[in-house]
Amino acid sequence: MAQKTMVEALNLALDEAMAADDDVMIMGQDVGINGGVFRVTKGLFQRYGRDRVMDTPLAECGIIGTAVGMAIHGMKPVAEIQFSGFTMQAFDQIEQNMARLHNRTMGRFPMRVVLRTPFGGGIRAVEHHSESRETYWAHTPGLKVVIPSGPRNARALLAAAIDDPDPVIFYEPKAVYRAFREDVPEERETMPIGKAEVVRPGKDLTLISYGAMMRTCREAVEDLVDEFNIDVELIDLLTISPMDSETICESVGKTGRCLIVHEGHRTCGIASEIIARINESAFEYLEAPIRRLTGYDIPFPYFQTEQHFLPDADDIMTAARETMAWE
Amino acid sequence: MPEPVRTHEEGRLRPNLSEPPGCYNSTPMSTTPTAQQRQGVDPSKPGPSLPTPGAMDTNATDLGQLETLQILDDNGRVDPARDPGLDSEELLGLHRAMVLSRAFDARMLTMQRQGEMGTFAPNLGQEACMVGQVWELTRQDWFSPSYRSFGAQILRGWPMEQLFMLWAGYHCGFPPPEGVNDLPFSIVIGSHVLPAVGIAMAIRRRKERDVVVVNFGDGAMSQGAISEAFNFAAVDQAPAILVCENNGWAISTPSKYQFATDSLAVRGPGFGLPTIRVDGNDILAMIVAMREAITRGREGGGATFIEAMTYRMSLHTTADDPTVYREDAESEPWKKRDPINRFELYLKQKGLLSTEAAAEVRASCDAEVLEARERFRNMAQADPEGIFENLYVNMPPELERQREEYWKRLKRRGIGGQD
Repeated sequence: MAQKTMVEALNLALDEAMAADDDVMIMGQDVGINGGVFRVTKGLFQRYGRDRVMDTPLAECGIIGTAVGMAIHGMKPVAEIQFSGFTMQAFDQIEQNMARLHNRTMGRFPMRVVLRTPFGGGIRAVEHHSESRETYWAHTPGLKVVIPSGPRNARALLAAAIDDPDPVIFYEPKAVYRAFREDVPEERETMPIGKAEVVRPGKDLTLISYGAMMRTCREAVEDLVDEFNIDVELIDLLTISPMDSETICESVGKTGRCLIVHEGHRTCGIASEIIARINESAFEYLEAPIRRLTGYDIPFPYFQTEQHFLPDADDIMTAARETMAWE
Repeated sequence: MPEPVRTHEEGRLRPNLSEPPGCYNSTPMSTTPTAQQRQGVDPSKPGPSLPTPGAMDTNATDLGQLETLQILDDNGRVDPARDPGLDSEELLGLHRAMVLSRAFDARMLTMQRQGEMGTFAPNLGQEACMVGQVWELTRQDWFSPSYRSFGAQILRGWPMEQLFMLWAGYHCGFPPPEGVNDLPFSIVIGSHVLPAVGIAMAIRRRKERDVVVVNFGDGAMSQGAISEAFNFAAVDQAPAILVCENNGWAISTPSKYQFATDSLAVRGPGFGLPTIRVDGNDILAMIVAMREAITRGREGGGATFIEAMTYRMSLHTTADDPTVYREDAESEPWKKRDPINRFELYLKQKGLLSTEAAAEVRASCDAEVLEARERFRNMAQADPEGIFENLYVNMPPELERQREEYWKRLKRRGIGGQD
């Protein structure tokens, strides 16, 4: 076991994948000698060369469009989009080709593309650098959407995403990139895509989150348990699409109460989908309306006010206690 | 003598770009001569004049007279200095491929008007472009067509009944047949070009010798993704051949409202791409241009941009009525440049084709298309139960649930035998 940040853990997963399979390659802006603006690809250019760690022209649509072509010819490109806010430039190729080509060709062409991109707020960045638009990709048939929350699951899930036969949008919570270290095993490790993780079992309230908000939730859970004696079951979604309805509904079947926390906007946000699924499969177990604590339906604010846009541990505790108080 | 300009990259000199453009091959990456240069044509002298369709009265910036590679003139006379020297079997093969394309196109139109076919984009007048693009490709090479590419797709090995299936709305018409290294076209204009360049980038990385041909229209040239594709192809030195079939019209928008230059070829050098402007209604010129581009791609010389000048003689799609926006008079000169008629004049002068033999080719192509239509009619069956398949390699549980629900719907509607 070595203590690693998420950035180092992601770097390890990329290195392992490239060492094991010549078809795996990295492409993106400044991913080469610069190692990426967050240094996730640090050292890989020196190890694997320009053709496998490609500094592309500055064009997100071009990056994803050509990654799609490489996948058609059997390669496994891992494309980095520097910030998820710039992924909109690539929406065209994600929607027209990456998500559909396997279906369009009835399985004739593989589409093993991983689109890695940092998302979320909290790092005092300029406009378009703090978005959480995972809903777009979860709404697009044909994609998988994976969001790790810490170094260990980031490494295991990125390995699984590169192994996965379908295109994966891999959202990296950049507020977690260097926030803490975690033991990461020496030997290669993967986690199943499509499975949520019950991080802390509990019987009173199901708290569901993902990405950087998992850290805030953990903080709130400590106080909820210690100070208010609320036995919270904390679920880390890990895969947004396909969503693990079973784990969610099983938990709500046990607790009867549920709070969902995410940074993304509220309307048609991931919480909306979770609530709909609970409504379809676990309605009879509910003892209180399901609460959601989300980003508001406004553009992510300029960074002097971003902390007020993002839910904090106090907000989570308040919402959790209100949900517990509902009769 | 103008001073060469120094680029940012240390030590590299390139020609002064303020020199009048003539030969559009001013790339720092490749010194491969253009077809024109190889054949001893002075590119600074005006070549055969071929107006940009729809842009004949443009007042746009004069970027100089571009030479357009032409080998057959409108009367079927060949330029002996540029004749690619194809044998009679190949010449007759080219002729039949173009006639078959036209026969297929005509049958599609009839079937569409009779309600048997969905909306489609007729190919009339662009047969030399299509056939010429793929004639010299091997099975291992790749082809990424736009939706107006019947002649090319048939040559590449798409059974005509499959093309019928495709345009009649059956999903099974879309996947390229096994052993055919083609992409299905995508409907969103220009969105197939970046993936095609990506294939070429993979080919170069795998040190293969194949090339990728991708075609698109003059309208597509306005899409940002096309510029990105040109740039990626040039920077990566990928063996991609970017073929713009400039047919003068993007539905109702003529070239003069689509771009402000006389030609699209002028963009190639801006990306560092060796560029050829070719008479797209001249099958021999298409072959020569493609040969040069294919050779460059196979030999590691990277990508080529080809602007093929042609004309959309028919409708944009069967849902379109061109009488609303264009005068019949505009297409008149293009009738004289018809790719099949011109080539037949040449073949007759060469003694390879008689009027009777040409009629026989037409009859045999019509018969072949009708046989394919029979096969299409026998196989045309939708698969309503299968619409959830092949989205993911392994179907996620939520989709399985939705499929169950959908199958129940089908059952209520009296369709299918799924439980």
